[in-house]
This record gives sequence, structure tokens and C-alpha cells, in this order.
Amino acid sequence: MASTDQGVTSPTRARIDARTLRQDRWWLAPLTTFVVFSAFVVYATVRAFMGRDYYASPYLSPFYSPCLGDCVEGASDFGQPFAWFPLSAALIILIFPLGFRMTCYYYRKAYYRAFWLSPPACGVAEPHQSYSGETRLPLVLQNVHRYFWYAAVLVGLVLTFDVFLAFRPMPAEYAVGDGETSGIHMGLGTLLMIINVVLIWLYTLSCHSCRHVVGGRLRHFSKHPVRYRLWTWVSRLNTSHGRWAWYSLFSVALVDLYIFLLATGTIQDVRFF
Amino acid sequence: MSYTLKLRIWRGDKEGGEVKDFPVEVSEGEVVLDAIHRVQATQAGDLAVRWNCKAGKCGSCSAEVNGRPRLMCMCRLSDFEEDETITVTPMRAFPVIRDLVTDVLFNYEKAKELPSAQLGPRDADGKRRMAQIDVERGQEFRKCIECFLCQDVCHVVRDHEDNKEAFAGPRFFLRYAELDMHPLDTHDRRELAQGAAGLGMCNITKCCTEVCPEGIKITDNAIIPMKERVVDRKYDPLVWLGNKIGLRNKDDAGRTEV
Ligand code: SF4
Ligand code: SF4
Ligand code: FES
Ligand code: FES
Repeated sequence: MASTDQGVTSPTRARIDARTLRQDRWWLAPLTTFVVFSAFVVYATVRAFMGRDYYASPYLSPFYSPCLGDCVEGASDFGQPFAWFPLSAALIILIFPLGFRMTCYYYRKAYYRAFWLSPPACGVAEPHQSYSGETRLPLVLQNVHRYFWYAAVLVGLVLTFDVFLAFRPMPAEYAVGDGETSGIHMGLGTLLMIINVVLIWLYTLSCHSCRHVVGGRLRHFSKHPVRYRLWTWVSRLNTSHGRWAWYSLFSVALVDLYIFLLATGTIQDVRFF
Repeated sequence: MSYTLKLRIWRGDKEGGEVKDFPVEVSEGEVVLDAIHRVQATQAGDLAVRWNCKAGKCGSCSAEVNGRPRLMCMCRLSDFEEDETITVTPMRAFPVIRDLVTDVLFNYEKAKELPSAQLGPRDADGKRRMAQIDVERGQEFRKCIECFLCQDVCHVVRDHEDNKEAFAGPRFFLRYAELDMHPLDTHDRRELAQGAAGLGMCNITKCCTEVCPEGIKITDNAIIPMKERVVDRKYDPLVWLGNKIGLRNKDDAGRTEV
């Protein structure tokens, strides 16, 4: 694809027709991102609109938590203020994690490259004629990211609460082997939810806005020793922010899938105790 | 152990040019710049190439090796297969002068537009003081050798000549961030960074970080923190309200906007 006269083939530049001279498989990373993200978006959309099979007591799917709409019995631990909402209850709350991830600095990099090809890879000319970055609507709205972060902390707390609930004994119909235990229970679902919530927290706390809020915004670290200490911790997590972004994406889908399979009766929970 | 390297070099000037073959004898342990020099010594005495230190510290020998912005003196031949063709071209974001030499004036113009540090009054004993942790924070940014590879790879100007006017580029965002984090500087450059320097044009796709030979985390440690600081100044209604009702962040006190 020939680039425009504004780019690497513009008049003052060294005359080279190729849009890139890279010989490595530079397209592999954006392609992978494109395929995986698309798959996730399709899966999440289908699941969010389904409006059922999101609760297999005591497990609640993270896509539906907190379940504030007209949810199945046992799923609404925070009441049902939106019981009138005609569509799937997931749609009420998914806007927050969705907005959080869409405005995330890491995801922005990933989807600008993979979906918008701006640029597809470093040193590979982008196909667009003009470019204004994040200076105009709608992209200037990326600057609200910190507000989604505040919301994400709340969502993280709710998901953590769900993990505690996932230790509740299961109802009799799910009981396997020698029957229901009294007191707490732990199954594969509980374990998956623990892993998921840990990854969600790693992702949320490694956020660049978090890094800014806890201490990055300061000009005098020396006058704020506690915030400086917090900042060094967040900074350390932040170096792997992209990794937590991916892992938590997978874990959230996996937990939902597991609960879907339980709720539809396709599989039975693996019980540890 | 020596072998014949399949080297290709772009030759020409602003009127035009092309990539030409220069098969050249090289030995193990050499870098691309060595091969270029041998071509210059044995095959093309008029080959134009800019270099100085051969140690990755002067930032002169910036070029593109197989399409990737690199310092030629730090680009080891052992990173390539012996039968691989290596193509060396000048940086493709800047006007070419001749062969591998480009005109990097753009960067110096941008440097001029950046207000330098304006320190506050001295302490009573005539000294200025900074705590060690505050000094350390900016050290990463000071590793910059001004090779301008980050400026070269940045798609904002590489792919859009018309953006050069309005965009300072990653090397200067580094400087904006360093000064904005400086406890003694009295200028507030946040508005300037977003406006005149075009920080908002950066879409944090991290190519600058990928190519920086000094390993500076330009995007994570300078650009994104600077974007967050700009949000404080321009886009966050809560910060705005806090300033209005006097809940001012004292950490910012004593700065004037430039
Ligand atoms: S992260 Fe921003 S400044 Fe760096 S190369 Fe990408 S667009 Fe340019
Ligand atoms: S920031 Fe890195 S890539 Fe950019 S000019 Fe400085 S040393 Fe070179
Ligand atoms: S969540 Fe990725 S930067 Fe905030
Ligand atoms: S010659 Fe100085 S950096 Fe390469």
C-alpha cells in the first residue's frame, strides 16, 4: 500500500517506495491482538446480552456482578435498584469495566495498532491520510480514564466480595460425591474466581492513572514519604501492566465460561472440600 | 572468521536515489558502522555517513537497518544470520541531505520552543537544595543522547509531514516531563505541552520506547505521566473544583504558567 505524500514518500525524504523495509514478521503482533480481542468482544457481547446462565450458586459471573437488574434468585447481593431494566442486567454495569479498558493506556496502544493501524507496527507506514491523535472528539475523551479507574476500584471490591461468597456451601442439587458439607466449601469455581480477582487487582492497581494519583502527580517525593513508597510499589506493578491486562481479560472470560457451563448443567463443579 | 556480508545502502540526495548492493568483507564481532566504513574505504569513497564516538554515546550514527531505527555503531552483525541481506537507509522521517545523512534541524527547532528551567530563589545560604529521591527521579530522562531515533520512528510526524509544525515529539515530551516533575522549577508547562507541543497527538503506541538506544521508558515514564498532569490542568473537573474552592494542591504552589 503506497503511503501518502505526507509520509515516508513525501518529497524531502530519502526516495524509497516501500512502506517499510522491515523483514521480520512485524504483522504478527497486531494480528494476534486483533484476533484475540475480537474473539473476546464477540464472546463478551453474546454473554452480556444473553441475560441468563450467569449464576450457579454460589458463583456469580463477573460479567453480571453486581447484579442490579431483574436477576435470578441469590445473584443480587446489592439489591435490585434496576429491576425495571428490560434488558440483560450485565449491560447496567459492564459499561464501567468496558470504559475502563477502552480508555486504558495499554489497551489504547494495542487497539490503535491492531485495529486502527495507526501505526500497525513501528517503522511501518500507516494507511491514513491525516492524523490528529487524541486531540479531538471523540478521542480527547480518553482523558477521563481516571474516573473509570475510580469505578474500577469499586468493581474490584465487589468482585472480591463475590470471591468470599464463592466459599459458601453449594445447594444440594449441585452436591456431588457424599453430599453437601456444612460450613464453607471450595470448588474449582472458587479457585478460578480467586485467580481472577487477583489478576483484576493487579491490573487495576498497576494502572497509569493509579500511579499518578498515589504519588506520580507530586513534584516533591521527599515531602511525601508514604505516597512516594506507594508510588514505587505501583510503578513496579506498572511495568507489567500490559501483561495484567491480557491475563485478567482471559481470566474474566474463563470464570464466566465456567459458570455458564455449570449453570447450563453441562459440567459439575470440581469440589475440593 | 570473516564472511561476505550482503549489504545494501541507500545512496542519493534530495533529488532522488536508490538502494544499491555493496557486498563487503566483514568479521565476527563487527557492527553495521564497521561495514559501512569498509565500504567507504574500499568501494565508495564518497559515501556520506555521520558518526562520531562509535560507542553509542554521541547519537550521530542514527539510521535505519532493515527498516528499524538503530544506532549503526550499536547494531551488531552477529544479531543477523550470515547469509541475511542487511539494508541500511537514512532516517525516513527527516529530509535527506545525502546518502545516510539527514537534516535533523526539526529537532533543534523544537528544542528552542521549549522554555528552559526557571529556578526559584536560593536558600538563605545562597544554595539550592533538592532531596536525593527528587534528584533521582529525573535521571532516567537525562540519559538521552539526542540520537533522535524516537523522533524518527514516531508515526505522528514520520507519516504526516504536516504535523511537524504542531508536534514536538517524544524526545521533548521527555524534557517537558522532567521539568514538570522538577521540585525547583517555577514554570508550569502543562498547557504548553498540550497546546504548542502537541502532546495530545501522541497516541501512546510506544514506538519511541521501542527504539530508544538508551532504554528510556519514554512512554510509560514521561509521556503518560505528562498526559496525566495535563488532565489535572485541563480535563479533570474535580481538580478544577478543588482549585476553585481553595483545596489547592500545595505541591504545585509557586509555579506560573508559561
Ligand atoms: S508513543 Fe507517542 S510519541 Fe512515542 S512514538 Fe508513539 S505516538 Fe510518537
Ligand atoms: S529519548 Fe532515546 S531515542 Fe529519543 S533522542 Fe533520546 S536517546 Fe535517542
Ligand atoms: S487501566 Fe491501563 S492504564 Fe489505567
Ligand atoms: S557513533 Fe556515536 S552513537 Fe554511534
